Amino acid sequence: MLRSQIYQRHANQEGVNIIMRKSLVLVLTLIVALTLAACGKNNNNSDASASNSPAASGGASNGAALSGTITAAGSTALQPLVEQVANKFMSENSGVSITVAPGGSGGGLTQVAGGQVDIGNSDIFAEEKLKDEAKDLVDHQVGVVAIAAVANPKVNVDNLTKQQLVDIFSGKVTNWKDVGGIDAKIVIVNRPSSSGTRKTFENLALGGPSKDLPGSIQEDSSGTVKKLVAETPGAIGYLALSYLDDSVKALKFEGVEATSDNVATGQYPVWAYEHMYTKGEPNPTVKAFLDYMLSDAVQNGDVKDMGYIPMSAMKVARDVNGTVTNK
Amino acid sequence: MNPVKKDQAAGNRRLRFPKHIREEWYGRVYAYFCVTLLIVTIVSIVWFIASKGLNPFLSGAVSVPELLFGRTWSPESEPPLFGALPFLAGSISVSLLAAVLAAPFGFCAAVFMTQIAPKVGRRFLQPAIELLAGIPSVVYGFVGLSVIVPFLRNNFTGQGFGILAGTLVLSVMILPTITSIATDALSNLQAGLKEGSFALGATRWQTIYRLILPTTFPSLLTGVVLGISRAFGEALAVQMVIGNAPHVPRSLLESAATLTSIITLEMGNTVGGSLHNNVLWSLALILLIMTFLFVFTVRMLERRAGR
Repeated sequence: MLRSQIYQRHANQEGVNIIMRKSLVLVLTLIVALTLAACGKNNNNSDASASNSPAASGGASNGAALSGTITAAGSTALQPLVEQVANKFMSENSGVSITVAPGGSGGGLTQVAGGQVDIGNSDIFAEEKLKDEAKDLVDHQVGVVAIAAVANPKVNVDNLTKQQLVDIFSGKVTNWKDVGGIDAKIVIVNRPSSSGTRKTFENLALGGPSKDLPGSIQEDSSGTVKKLVAETPGAIGYLALSYLDDSVKALKFEGVEATSDNVATGQYPVWAYEHMYTKGEPNPTVKAFLDYMLSDAVQNGDVKDMGYIPMSAMKVARDVNGTVTNK
Repeated sequence: MNPVKKDQAAGNRRLRFPKHIREEWYGRVYAYFCVTLLIVTIVSIVWFIASKGLNPFLSGAVSVPELLFGRTWSPESEPPLFGALPFLAGSISVSLLAAVLAAPFGFCAAVFMTQIAPKVGRRFLQPAIELLAGIPSVVYGFVGLSVIVPFLRNNFTGQGFGILAGTLVLSVMILPTITSIATDALSNLQAGLKEGSFALGATRWQTIYRLILPTTFPSLLTGVVLGISRAFGEALAVQMVIGNAPHVPRSLLESAATLTSIITLEMGNTVGGSLHNNVLWSLALILLIMTFLFVFTVRMLERRAGR
């Protein structure tokens, strides 16, 4: 009798275990489903929360500790800088969490205009990509990046004029010996036609859009472009100064070397602003982060160290239409 | 059933549902819930891609023949031109060539593992081939970029990038698919068929060549089609080695592009809702339709194999 009771209890216990296991599976499924649903909702809500938060956290700026989350997305050229500065900012403000996602300048601009992220990183002015949505966006220029034509070190060319670059990128000149180098076929390593770096290079170095030539190579990241130019005999491409090292040779443009000083004084013309766009005026947390980005410590520290040019060093300014003026 | 028992059962049910009935219901609700979630996901993905991908055609910006047969892809020019023929040609040639290259290897490996040396095959060859399936595609791409491309560049004309490099990388990637399906097909061979052939005095080679391969042919083809389907959809590894020039290449060694490579290359730089972005969705829609065709083909082959 006693024994059978024990068995009975044992059996019940097992039954309970099975039920628990089953309900665990159920609960997990529900969690997945709810997460999916929540994700869908989030996108709709963020617009509202972004517009609410300045009012809601208006009191926070009165000396109270910053808190909240900041999401930034966009340009891969700007991403390393933003990530590094974000990490520093987070260690100083423990209540803030910042996520920086890649996605290209176009993606960053779309997402900030749509309210999915707080900050859209871009190499180009929003007006160049967006139409009506650009009006809502506020531009925060956090640095300048110069772009240089780079070649495989073996081609033995130091300098190219604008015309020579145009000839090379339009396929008129196909051998390095025609521009003063060795006898080797020119291999163009391009970025996709929608890339911000390519747009900047085309507008300022070539003076207009270029075509994709048959046999040219296209890569979607600056890192790969550098690797290919370094490895492929006769290769030419273009890179942001922040990516340059000894494996590739930076070419002078019209006799001017691509250095921070030459860019700052306006002698070297192929450069672009790094923009961090917000939709409307930023909320206090985002504003604090952007102010931190523009602080002297960051501008003269991280910005310089990573190969960008600080805003304060620039002696010239450029507007949306490409007009350069002295400051 | 007698009326007294029926009454009792009804009474029981009223009091409380028996355990096994409850379990039945829990299971059923759970299964339906999962299936519904799955169907909703699939339908919404198809709906999403189709609604975005059909936009350029419906708005009249690009016509279907223009997209399918246009040879010039220059989305940022004035007016923009969206000719996806170079990508279609690239995708189709890369995946077909990869299948042509991988299929003989896959069939031979399967024959070896099931007919010639099952012990060694099962113990060493199969895990090795299955390992290939587990390697992430970015690793394949990187190996291709660091080994195959320089090799082609140094030994042939051109820069090493192109259809050939893509084909070589993809053929290794789809080898596990072809091999494992061929192995399954060969080991599920009807009992007695092989023995009958041996009894008639056929050699092992004759049995394999004349009997086993023709009998399992539809299943082998299923593997090849699934392999092509995987190759067609592969983006990262191909994009790293193919060169990505939006032109129909003049040779296997000239930079080319595929549907997937152009999508990954340009999606991040385009603005959602713009024509350029929507045309990329049209390319995704083409990929989806091709996948449907592949699945359909596999179904047809399976039906033939089952007969």
